[in-house]
Amino acid sequence: MEMDITLTVNGERIAERVEARQSLVDFVRDDLGLTGSHIGCEHGVCGACTMRVDGEIVRGCLMLAVQCDGSVVETIEGLSDSGELADLQAAFEQRNALQCGYCTPGMLTAAQELLKAGTVPSREEIREHISGNYCRCTGYHAIVDAIESVAKARMGAGT
Amino acid sequence: MKITADTPSALTALDRPNSYIGRAVPRPNLQRLMQGRGQYVSDVTLPRMTHVAFLRSPHAHARIVSINTEAAKKSPGVVAVVTGAELAKVMTPWVGVLTHLKGIKSAPQYPIAVDRACWQGEAVCAVVARTRAQAEDACELIDIVYEELPAVTDPETALDPATPVIHEALDDNLCFERKLDVGDVDKAFANSDAVVEATFVCGRHTGVCTEGRAIIADWNASEQRMTVYQATQAPHMMQDLFAKHLDIEAGQVRVLTKDVGGSFGIKVHTYADEMATVALSKLLKRPVKFVADRIESFVTDIHARDHRIKGKIGVTKDGVITAFEIDDLTGIGPYSVYPRTSGIEANQVVNLTGGPYNCPNYRAQARVVFQNKNVMCQYRAVGHPIAVAVTEGLVELAAAKIGMDPLEIRRRNLFADDSYPAQTASGLKLELLSHHAALAQLDTMINYAGLRTEQKALREKGIYRGIGFASFIEVTNPSAAFYGVGGARITSQDGATVKLDAQGAITIHSGVTEQGQGAEAVLAQCVASSFGVSMDRVRVVTGDTDNTPYGGGTWASRAAGIGGEAAWQAGKALRGNVLAVAGAMLQAKPDELDIRDGLVVDKVTGAERLTLAELARVAYFRPDTLPPGFQAELMATRHYVPRAWPFAFTNGIQASYLEVDTDTGFVKLLRHWCVEDCGTIINPQLVNEQIRGGVVQGIGAVLFEQCLYDERGQMLNGNMADYLVPMAVEMPDIDCGHVVSPTADSELGAKGAGEAGTAGAPACIMNAINDALRPLGATPLTDMPFTPGKILKALGKV
Amino acid sequence: MKPAPFAYKKPRTLDEAIALLGENPDARILAGGQSLMATLNMRLSAPSLLIDINGIEGLGEIALKDGAQNGVIEIGALARHVQAERSETIATHAPLIACAMPTIAHPAIRTRGTLGGSIAFADPAAELPACLLALDGEVDAQGPKGKRTIKAGDYFQGLYETALGPQEILTAIRLPAANKDTRVGFAELARRHGDYAIVGLAASARADGKGLKDVRLAYFGVGATPLRPLKSEAALSRGDIDAAVAALDLDPHDDIQATAAVKKHLAGVLLRRVAAQLMEQRA
Repeated sequence: MEMDITLTVNGERIAERVEARQSLVDFVRDDLGLTGSHIGCEHGVCGACTMRVDGEIVRGCLMLAVQCDGSVVETIEGLSDSGELADLQAAFEQRNALQCGYCTPGMLTAAQELLKAGTVPSREEIREHISGNYCRCTGYHAIVDAIESVAKARMGAGT
Repeated sequence: MKITADTPSALTALDRPNSYIGRAVPRPNLQRLMQGRGQYVSDVTLPRMTHVAFLRSPHAHARIVSINTEAAKKSPGVVAVVTGAELAKVMTPWVGVLTHLKGIKSAPQYPIAVDRACWQGEAVCAVVARTRAQAEDACELIDIVYEELPAVTDPETALDPATPVIHEALDDNLCFERKLDVGDVDKAFANSDAVVEATFVCGRHTGVCTEGRAIIADWNASEQRMTVYQATQAPHMMQDLFAKHLDIEAGQVRVLTKDVGGSFGIKVHTYADEMATVALSKLLKRPVKFVADRIESFVTDIHARDHRIKGKIGVTKDGVITAFEIDDLTGIGPYSVYPRTSGIEANQVVNLTGGPYNCPNYRAQARVVFQNKNVMCQYRAVGHPIAVAVTEGLVELAAAKIGMDPLEIRRRNLFADDSYPAQTASGLKLELLSHHAALAQLDTMINYAGLRTEQKALREKGIYRGIGFASFIEVTNPSAAFYGVGGARITSQDGATVKLDAQGAITIHSGVTEQGQGAEAVLAQCVASSFGVSMDRVRVVTGDTDNTPYGGGTWASRAAGIGGEAAWQAGKALRGNVLAVAGAMLQAKPDELDIRDGLVVDKVTGAERLTLAELARVAYFRPDTLPPGFQAELMATRHYVPRAWPFAFTNGIQASYLEVDTDTGFVKLLRHWCVEDCGTIINPQLVNEQIRGGVVQGIGAVLFEQCLYDERGQMLNGNMADYLVPMAVEMPDIDCGHVVSPTADSELGAKGAGEAGTAGAPACIMNAINDALRPLGATPLTDMPFTPGKILKALGKV
Repeated sequence: MKPAPFAYKKPRTLDEAIALLGENPDARILAGGQSLMATLNMRLSAPSLLIDINGIEGLGEIALKDGAQNGVIEIGALARHVQAERSETIATHAPLIACAMPTIAHPAIRTRGTLGGSIAFADPAAELPACLLALDGEVDAQGPKGKRTIKAGDYFQGLYETALGPQEILTAIRLPAANKDTRVGFAELARRHGDYAIVGLAASARADGKGLKDVRLAYFGVGATPLRPLKSEAALSRGDIDAAVAALDLDPHDDIQATAAVKKHLAGVLLRRVAAQLMEQRA
């Protein structure tokens, strides 16, 4: 079964015909060429496909593209181009908080959600928040450092 | 010389102006990955591309009686349905043996099973379709009749006469066996004051790279050329293997590797389904893409570490270790993996056990047996975590038995820092290690005395914390001794080509590959330093067999030590070439000039003489103005391979501080430390992050991860909800420290650092758990992973 | 792996959804989809039709009804975990749900997952079914024969089996609002944060002078449904924790996380911990 959907992706109005069974992450990757959202498990555990739908972070593998008819979708490409993640990306770079980079778009998107709360979370709170995002490379320590430094910087507390 | 974490070291031998050696500079390629602009193989789409899905055996061992593909062929979008027998006409089978592993044997393996499936998950038929979903739809329509055969699953009985032989032509289920007997072990045990025996079990686990294995093969019949986009650690090795088994010339194959979503040794092997994808492209004359999904990854990505080791140690009452003895048994699946074999892990366990200690008496037996489970092969820190768990587990059990502090027993037995070169009982040649300096630094770093005081005070309140250690050695910078001498076409040398472009910037082409370790940063640092430009003037190209020097790729902690040295030397060579041009242009002697920060300068005064841009302009566009007969050579290539030592061993020691909830058996990791010596540190931040990531992989092994199989060979937890990889909140912060003992084999002096964390962490945490529970009289835990249930059992609570 | 093909319909009314269920016996309801999508992606389930109920108005509210004292919290079937997490009403009047919420999966799951979906799916290892049972809550369902209310005690019937009929749709869950006498306790033991627990326990009680009464304990992860150990509840009402632990009559099966013996032991440990929580609030 195929359906027509209309949605906004990274600020761009999109009208596409999709198969009902197509996941949101397959749709943005295969149909829109937005390959920054990654597929790591397709059962909602790894978090590599984390993106934003109508302002909330979601698993792109656990939503259907047809469910996003009328929605506003933001992927890592849009969040990067808008500059929303620039300080977080700079902190990840400085701290080498990524190695292979496959989990990183999802990790950044999830971390931004925590940082938007406008407080300086503890390291434990940061760890808990990103516990739905699997990174095999870093051991997480550097990621926690980077997020912590941005939280402090955004709150004017310095790094 | 010691340096602390994340600070630059002063490296005299390499102390050129603007040196990047020892500096924590950021990697140049990170923004691309962070902004979603990476190019992983799974992201690549080609014109006319098709997708393959494999139907996989649901049985651990079964004869394929018949395959009916008629319905599948009619399914929407299907391009082809291909059986093993059909694909065997396109690609020849392979056998994973090496001549230096004496007696190792295996059976021919085909891209798709031909008449028999030997593990649950082995591909038995392929569907090529316009989309992956359509290919999967058609897989459900293939009708296969199986005759289930008895499955061999328990290594303990694999060699019993009553157990069926998996490959009849091999006569038995023994893949490889090694025995070693050095010194006089029996006499040493007899003369010991205490002898401790324990049986260690390392759980079978797997790499779980965030990106599944991915490959696109594109056979262009019009130019008779195969282009393969592959997430691999070793493009040149794969080029050679694809050519060999398609029976074409290596020059007809190009392997391209851009970004790779994690590898850890998982992506350095020959996988039947990837070979099948290449063969399918040749058959269909169009691009075929295969991306292993998570479910099939769990039953096809190599597994590792499934070993049972009976260990024995003797000590005197003064804490002198008198002898080690081990009996290792491992089941490696139905085939020895090609081309590195599945004998190396057990071989490394034999080589490495007892490795840090100056103990002349050692006896070892290792047996590697076939079974009907997914294949096992080399995964990050091959054999190390097993050998270190056995060695360090025995050492701490022995220390407890004679009432000696665990650091003190190590002080009394570790090879002395002034005793090198040295050789282990197993015959490993050690150039220069620093066990005692590392231990001393760790002792201070963790405030050991303070931790013990805290531990004691908390025990009185019923809080059980443990402190555990693990000394280790790590194999890095392998020479041809690792694979080449055994007949494998796996190169140990590597090359770098460095060229000056027409604007005076540098491009490096290297045979090593990048999967996130930071190899490209290291190469850029080496060349920027030895040539004399800032890093932003250096671009790195890797992962293309058409355009890089022949090299081994990235594995066995070789990229920095081997690839980095080649790049360092190439940068130096190009500097010489460029200064020759500058000399000609300036009518100066080249040896009175230097390149610093992108400028040709007077060597003595540092005064600017010429920009590189101007030099390049003249050399490329106005060569007519150069002296007659002078030819500018603005590209230089150098290769490097370790020759003086078979391997550059590194060393280190880790410590863990943890708390065991004795009611629930849950372990809370409080802190972890590692002091490591990888020789010259090119980039301290990258080294530390290799250590940290490696430690967490080790933590996965010791506390969480295990491929669970039932007795019929069915994997029970092959998904990410049930196979527990480490996530952030259960992991501790990890502190790193360093000792620097450069290898004299290269000018750079760098050894590898990729596997030290993984090597030591399991043993270290095991020892900390046992330390925590010792006052409660718990049975020592030696059967990884240490689940709450096992801990409760050790405490006698269940 | 990609899901097998299915059709997708997004009705605007409950009646329309109920009719679709009647016409398509193997259809599945798509609410938050956080469990369903994973099973579809693994081809463990291949319904011919997904009925997406997210377009039905009026099912997404969390509200306190009938005033603050002895009131009822009504949680619409489509209220998402994140709504409950951020809800003042939940924090004040349904503290047990507030305690459980951070242990359920991860933020990017909780933004989509619904409380109603969790109760309808009735995973015996999940937190919310146990909370519903511990709180003596109710489930509102609507089917071709109209609306009905099912008590939590009657609702959970077997492994992923509930009292919902094949054409019935869960429309809301209702919980008694907490008052000053309400005591709640919650603890679970999961190997990793956000995973299904090896064993977990949700509890509610009412303060009764210096003791507790109306103790309700609901275990999860130890049987085919959330389970109440009635004898232990009675012992705890008497203030006898040791007797409550001794009276535990759970009969879990071995699973890949733990053996039955380990689960039973951990259930006892959790009972002591949760009992302490109930007692502490009393002080």
